[in-house]
Amino acid sequence: MGSGNGQMLNLTLKVWRQKNGKAKGSFETHQVSGISTDMSFLEMFDVLNEKLIHEGKEPIAFDHDCREGICGMCSMYINGRPHGPKGGITTCQLHMRSFKNGDTIIVEPWRSAAFPVIKDLVVDRSAFDRIIASGGYVSVNTGNAKDANNILIPKTAADAAFDAAACIGCGACVAACKNASAMLFVSAKVSQLALLPQGQVERKERVLKMVSQMDEEGFGNCTNTGACEAECPKGISLENIARMNREFLGAELTTAKK
Amino acid sequence: MASSPKLDAKIPEGPLAEKWTKYRSTVPLVNPANKRSLEVIVVGSGLAGGSAAATLAEMGYKVKVFCFQDSARRAHSIAAQGGINAAKNYQNDGDSTYRLFYDTIKGGDYRAREANVHRLAEVSGNIIDQCVAQGVPLAREYGGLLSNRSFGGTQVQRTFYAAGQTGQQLLLGAYSALSRQVGYGSVEMFARHEMLDVVTIDGRARGIIARNLVTGELEKHFGHAVLLCTGGYGNVFYLSTNAMGSNVTAAWKAHKKGAFFGNPCFTQIHPTCIPVSGDHQSKLTLMSESLRNDGRIWVPLKKDDNRKPNEIPEEERDYYLERRYPAFGNLVPRDVASRAAKERCDAGYGVGASKMAVYLDFAANTDRYGKTEANKQGIHNPTKEQIRELGKAVVKEKYGNLFDMYQQITGENPYEVPMRIYPAVHYTMGGLWVDYNLMTTVPGLYALGEANFSDHGANRLGASALMQGLADGYFVIPYTIGVYLSTEVTRMSAEKAKSDSIDKLKTNHPEFEKALSEVKGQIEKFFSIKGTKSVESFHKRLGKIMWDKCGMARNRKGLEEAITEIRALREEFWKDVRVLGDANEFNPDLEKAGRVADFLELGELMCLDALKREESCGGHFREEHQTEEGEAKRDDDNFAYVAAWEFKNVGDWELNKEELKFENIKIAQRSYK
Amino acid sequence: MSKGFLKSSIGKKMVMGLTGLFLISFLAVHCFVNALIFFDQTGELFNQGAHFMGTNWIIRAMEVVLFAGLLTHIFQSLILTLENKKARPVGYAKIDGAANSRWYSRSMGLLGTLLLLFLIMHIYHFWTPSRLGGIANIKPLEEITYSGNVVYHNLYAEMINVFHNPVAVVLYVLGCISLAYHLLHGFQSAFQTIGLNHKKYTPAIKTLGAVFAILVPLIFASMPVYLYIAYK
Repeated sequence: MGSGNGQMLNLTLKVWRQKNGKAKGSFETHQVSGISTDMSFLEMFDVLNEKLIHEGKEPIAFDHDCREGICGMCSMYINGRPHGPKGGITTCQLHMRSFKNGDTIIVEPWRSAAFPVIKDLVVDRSAFDRIIASGGYVSVNTGNAKDANNILIPKTAADAAFDAAACIGCGACVAACKNASAMLFVSAKVSQLALLPQGQVERKERVLKMVSQMDEEGFGNCTNTGACEAECPKGISLENIARMNREFLGAELTTAKK
Repeated sequence: MASSPKLDAKIPEGPLAEKWTKYRSTVPLVNPANKRSLEVIVVGSGLAGGSAAATLAEMGYKVKVFCFQDSARRAHSIAAQGGINAAKNYQNDGDSTYRLFYDTIKGGDYRAREANVHRLAEVSGNIIDQCVAQGVPLAREYGGLLSNRSFGGTQVQRTFYAAGQTGQQLLLGAYSALSRQVGYGSVEMFARHEMLDVVTIDGRARGIIARNLVTGELEKHFGHAVLLCTGGYGNVFYLSTNAMGSNVTAAWKAHKKGAFFGNPCFTQIHPTCIPVSGDHQSKLTLMSESLRNDGRIWVPLKKDDNRKPNEIPEEERDYYLERRYPAFGNLVPRDVASRAAKERCDAGYGVGASKMAVYLDFAANTDRYGKTEANKQGIHNPTKEQIRELGKAVVKEKYGNLFDMYQQITGENPYEVPMRIYPAVHYTMGGLWVDYNLMTTVPGLYALGEANFSDHGANRLGASALMQGLADGYFVIPYTIGVYLSTEVTRMSAEKAKSDSIDKLKTNHPEFEKALSEVKGQIEKFFSIKGTKSVESFHKRLGKIMWDKCGMARNRKGLEEAITEIRALREEFWKDVRVLGDANEFNPDLEKAGRVADFLELGELMCLDALKREESCGGHFREEHQTEEGEAKRDDDNFAYVAAWEFKNVGDWELNKEELKFENIKIAQRSYK
Repeated sequence: MSKGFLKSSIGKKMVMGLTGLFLISFLAVHCFVNALIFFDQTGELFNQGAHFMGTNWIIRAMEVVLFAGLLTHIFQSLILTLENKKARPVGYAKIDGAANSRWYSRSMGLLGTLLLLFLIMHIYHFWTPSRLGGIANIKPLEEITYSGNVVYHNLYAEMINVFHNPVAVVLYVLGCISLAYHLLHGFQSAFQTIGLNHKKYTPAIKTLGAVFAILVPLIFASMPVYLYIAYK
């Protein structure tokens, strides 16, 4: 069916299994066969899980939801790269036509002190939520807004803000970074709001609070390797990190200590 | 026909255009000090839940938010692509509140409440203002003003958008407002928690039982009101554009606790989705309706034409939507477009290996854009290739992410060959029955957004789901919840002296314990069955029954068969399902078991509702009721009502009807010709 | 600026970037002065240059700042490396780093360590005798008098002396290669860290960085090679 050129693959999977956050994990090897190249990577996992259930073994836990690359839930580190061998996509958008018959695929969870493993390939990314809650917003109560067209925003600024706002919060940047730094994620939100007139009022306070929360969560420090940008499924640019550095320095220089 | 006495829609008196304004100014209020002692539970963190929770917390209520995802930001509203409608008339093309109201009622095939829809149209503009103020980067023109696009079922440009990620941007706006309240401590956030029951005391909603999905622990949570913002139930079809986790469980548990279910059979099948590629398929991916602005839909004129699309000459193509509906062409509403695609494929004109697809072709408009672009850039006598390349760049800017998504999934390049598309389950207009205040038939229990049945009738227009979710959360519930909570204030002060009052006992009330042990019982039952078949396999089989017999076209025989088959499947499920692992740990298979168990009950009700509605309207197409041209044939004399189903027992419901009165719109045959 | 700034991840990075840029500026001067050896076979020009650098009080004062900057750069990098290790307590079984970044950008710590070892040798070879010669048992540099009866250290002769040893030449060339890679990442990275990333200017900064990272170490490396061959 479909495009009609689907072939069948036999693969060896080495998957990280870990009962819970406290348990010690290890790799488990599974053979899967008859995998159509039209399948998505997660559908291949569905097949494997069906097989495991059939054999009376517990299926592999992995995060996933929308399966169309926008919710940011899926998070597999595949053959040494977050979201697998193709750039610009999430795990759920990765299709098996990117693999060859007989391949061995190693699948691991995101690794970061700030993203503790919950089970198997599932990690806890609530650190991201706490960073946003620390200041990643414009303080405007419902009903306080004026007419939308009263705020003129140059198309270039709106587009640049949108590009930064396209972040799906999947955490691939942290997973890819050799230092497990969250700078790309944090800077995307800081940039979005720094680029727009609506974000100006709280601009300084925002960057100070968000960076401080980021540091508190235990992410590593940015060393500008650019791995985050290269692996980001939404192509969030390193320019955002530079912008945040600038914003942070500016805010530090001009904010009196309370 | 008169409405059932059990259903009071509480629609305010007065002229339509003044109802909401007047009502809003006269509803009882809760004073700030009392708000601080009132607790509101919000289940679901999408557009409706996120916006409601943030706004209620801003107002001073104590709010608890629950979502099954790992973060509030991942609710499925995030996947909405095309846009959000608002009657701003920024394009000066004759839009108005009335026109949006009219289009929505007509689009819904005259099966929605006038008062609710008018209110929706009234607040639509405020939503855009609010979102822009939050920093949502909606698309702009070069002059800095907001940009609009067209959507199906309308002839004005009123759709605001952020590339093909409008839902994402709006949700992140609501999520940021919610996060702000979480940061302030006014909202307590419970991610990776699933609501497994509503707790009612003396017939009123008093809280929920939720499972901590990480530890497996069952928790009791008290609330003076419970808001279900849990989305739609399209996943009853197994394959749909919904997220894998989208489910009916919260709404269904509420239904079993006394909330009537409205119009369960009203399902939206979206016309432009990527076709199924094989048995392994786990979900379907939507290609935004906005693509129909520039894509032309066609099939070959000849049956079983196996030529490649680009080899089929213009005169041998059938642009069937443009042929059948010249006024709206490719922009007819979703139900009409879906049925037309099904008709062509069933008649043997389908394309692709499965023959269950039609083409969505951008070539003509790519060339048109290319020519304009060549003029803009001052290129005289451009070559065909130049025009094509320039046009592609324009198309890429408008729909780049959608084209990429298509290519990822199919491996084909839509800039070169037409997309293959086929309808897929997308949205459910049906949901928990609510009154004008968005309250279900259980006092204190509310349903917002897609989880309720209220605003879209039998078919939802594109870009209206985002509008409704945010309208309910930002601008409706904050006012209407006061109607109920002000009575709670009175009750609380009357019961102040009582030592065993609800407010003192809270989750220690025996009803909480009872609900908890029921939930526990179900979980234990799953593990005790120790059957042979996976949860997934049951879900797949249910989906097939639903799609074949309660899908795009329905008939009496099929629906009756479906009911029998679903009952048998349900019985088999409870005898032979295999759930592995442990209750006290992270266990996605167990979560899914609970959801599928509820789908197995809902599916039957959907078929029953479809069977009882002996007419065709919107997304509900009964083959017995069609015009000679194959269009849906409504029966306004007998079916201009909301079917509100009351749960009696599993497999046993009582139908209550709410009559729909059309006082401002002349009910007419819906035509897009 | 609050104390928090220097404790924050961005603040620490800025310290790295700014000290890095400062060290880069030193490299440029150092390279220029040393390159004088190519313009005068007698070594007089170079010795005069070195004499100016060793006696001018501004330069001498800056030398203190230079050491402070170097030490800060080193200690800050140690702190950052330790923190970064802590940020990923459990590593990956397989990493395909080449797919998303350059090896040298991921190996700044290693390159820096090599550079440090090189630097210790380099200081021992030249700085110690020229500045501390005569103190304790440190052998001072030989002296040479040019016209005007000014006495100079004959640093040129010392260079010839040191680079007579082929092992030293090889170690110096290796040191320069480490330096080149360290700069290849460090130069543009420093600009990114202090917030200078702009579509219009960044390509130029990156090109300049690459030219600097290759040219300066190349000139440095050619010195021992040249002297070794010329005075074999």
